[in-house]
Amino acid sequence: MNWHRIHRLGLVLGIITLLSAACGSTGGGNTASTWGTATSAAANGGMDALVTAAKKEGKLNVIALPPDWANYGAIISGFTAKYGIRIDSANPNGSSQQEVDAIKQLQGTNRAPDVVDVGMKVALANTSIFTPYQVSTWNDILAGQKESTGLWVQDYGGFMGIGYDTSRVPGGTITAVSDLLKPGFKVALAGDPTQSNQALNGVILASVANGGSLDDVSKGVDFFHTLKTKGNFVPVVGTSATVKAGQTPVLFEWDYLSTSHGKDVKTWKIFVPENATIGGYYAQAISKTAPHPAAARLWEEYLYSDEGQNLWLKGGARPVRQAAMEKAGTLDKAAAAALPPVTGTPQFPTQDQQTAAGTYLASHWSQAIS
Amino acid sequence: MTAAGNPAISTAARPPMRTGRRLPLAWLGVVPFFAYCGLFLLLPTLIITGGSFATKDGAFTLSNFTDINQPYLVKAFLYSTIIAAVSAVVGALAGALLAYAVVTSNPRGILRRSVTSASGVLAQFGGVTLAFAFLATVGQVGFISEILLQRGIDSLSRSTWLYELPGLILVYMYFQVPLMVIVFLPALDGVRPQWREATESLGGSTWHYWRYVAGPLLAPSFLGCTLLLFANAFSAYATAAALVSQGSIIVPLAISNLLTSETGRAQPGLAQALALSMIIIVTVVTVLYSLLQRRTSRWLR
Repeated sequence: MNWHRIHRLGLVLGIITLLSAACGSTGGGNTASTWGTATSAAANGGMDALVTAAKKEGKLNVIALPPDWANYGAIISGFTAKYGIRIDSANPNGSSQQEVDAIKQLQGTNRAPDVVDVGMKVALANTSIFTPYQVSTWNDILAGQKESTGLWVQDYGGFMGIGYDTSRVPGGTITAVSDLLKPGFKVALAGDPTQSNQALNGVILASVANGGSLDDVSKGVDFFHTLKTKGNFVPVVGTSATVKAGQTPVLFEWDYLSTSHGKDVKTWKIFVPENATIGGYYAQAISKTAPHPAAARLWEEYLYSDEGQNLWLKGGARPVRQAAMEKAGTLDKAAAAALPPVTGTPQFPTQDQQTAAGTYLASHWSQAIS
Repeated sequence: MTAAGNPAISTAARPPMRTGRRLPLAWLGVVPFFAYCGLFLLLPTLIITGGSFATKDGAFTLSNFTDINQPYLVKAFLYSTIIAAVSAVVGALAGALLAYAVVTSNPRGILRRSVTSASGVLAQFGGVTLAFAFLATVGQVGFISEILLQRGIDSLSRSTWLYELPGLILVYMYFQVPLMVIVFLPALDGVRPQWREATESLGGSTWHYWRYVAGPLLAPSFLGCTLLLFANAFSAYATAAALVSQGSIIVPLAISNLLTSETGRAQPGLAQALALSMIIIVTVVTVLYSLLQRRTSRWLR
């Protein structure tokens, strides 16, 4: 390592932070508000007080929200229409890591992100820059899907699905994972599971469906080994292009990504096994140093309201309150019916389980598929 | 090459000028060549050699080489060797026949010109374009597979043979045969018609000519070219990588997979040990090739 270079980099970053802090300090101006530390709307004067304070701030900074991803375009315009608060959407195609980097680098300026929507790995690694907040629909969210104080709360996600082209699989349907072992099925993963998280969850699904568990991925590796020896494994990384070309007629993928292939392949269907319903969710978090703390909290209230949840659902993502809203009858039934049916009990691999599975695959995967 | 040759010729052509005290400047012309070899051949080889004996922390170790003894890596070496050997032998036979047909035709004819220029292009036709050409014709959804499927034959569209050993061998043939034509033509051109006439005037048959004259003369060159083809296929990467994006069917793909990891599980030491093993094999083959070429050049020049 070159220490001089690191020192210089640190110096440059420091200067940038100082400069941007100096520029931003004039724009913040929310010192009178107590919303920066509020852990729920009820604890700080109720929803009406929150709306008033947020309107007074007049602005919200979001980051890395692509308008065509999980319907965020409609959600952003819906929020602005409802509360008259302008949303500044930065770097729409950014990654989770870039979101937290922006919080750290722009800290103290009025351009810093107020809220983030990040993958679980990034959420767990950065709780120190988040502030706890519990939305009014907090109790609808399962304990496993939120941090106990509300530092992060899962927002939407989906299940690992087996997408397939009905016109290119024998019999035109898949009803069990074991079907894939029959002659004529050509199965692919959407990445190298020793490198890609999505592909890793595909192997976890295969494991759970074949007598393994979230803690034991070996059965999934064995399953793909059997696929390989039967000549049913396509050694190609599945993408929209390979699906469109028909090269990967059966592809393990998150269901909310898999549904997009329906645009190219009209006969595309998604099967989520009942005995292996592997879920993966993104999470919301509010920045501890948010320049618009009330607007940030109101945004979260909006996202977790029936209206916000149904908007996600229309975008093909499964909102975290889906089960509760279905029970209450407030779920958008048409949007829900468009999603692939899920009948099993969802299981969510923890970060530790995914890391353990990744370690097992590092030493067994190449072996299994060669 | 001409730039490197000219000073040598000019110095040699004026022997009286040489006093013995002046530094010979002939070597200056080859400096760029040696610099190029040093930078792009020797230096990487040295880096790989160093890395293959080092742990991730830089300590000395032999474990990278003992780690090669895993079934999937042994299999990758086996597959690499089979693919290279089969595509070299078949490619050499087919290429030699084609080259012979070209040589016996009119030297200024359209056949010779078109075959040699096409070979020059096709010998470099590896990689994504070649892989795509095969996927689009005989892949699972290639147009030939689709036509057959419409006639009720699903053997191509239901099979993954293209990603396996036979598929890679067939695909490799498409640059092996043209390469053989290019490297074997000069040897065939060196065979003089007078030798055949001499054989015939001494009462020898065609069989005698091939058995006792042309055969022994061409054999070293033919074997040498086969070795070159072997080295060419053994070290090819792009075509296989474009075709197979999952798993490590041959050694170059195994090296690539061991080097890339977004989750911190890369094994650069093992990858470099594999690369060094490949370098050793290719070096042996190349040395054999040049020895055989030297033997050929005794007669065919």
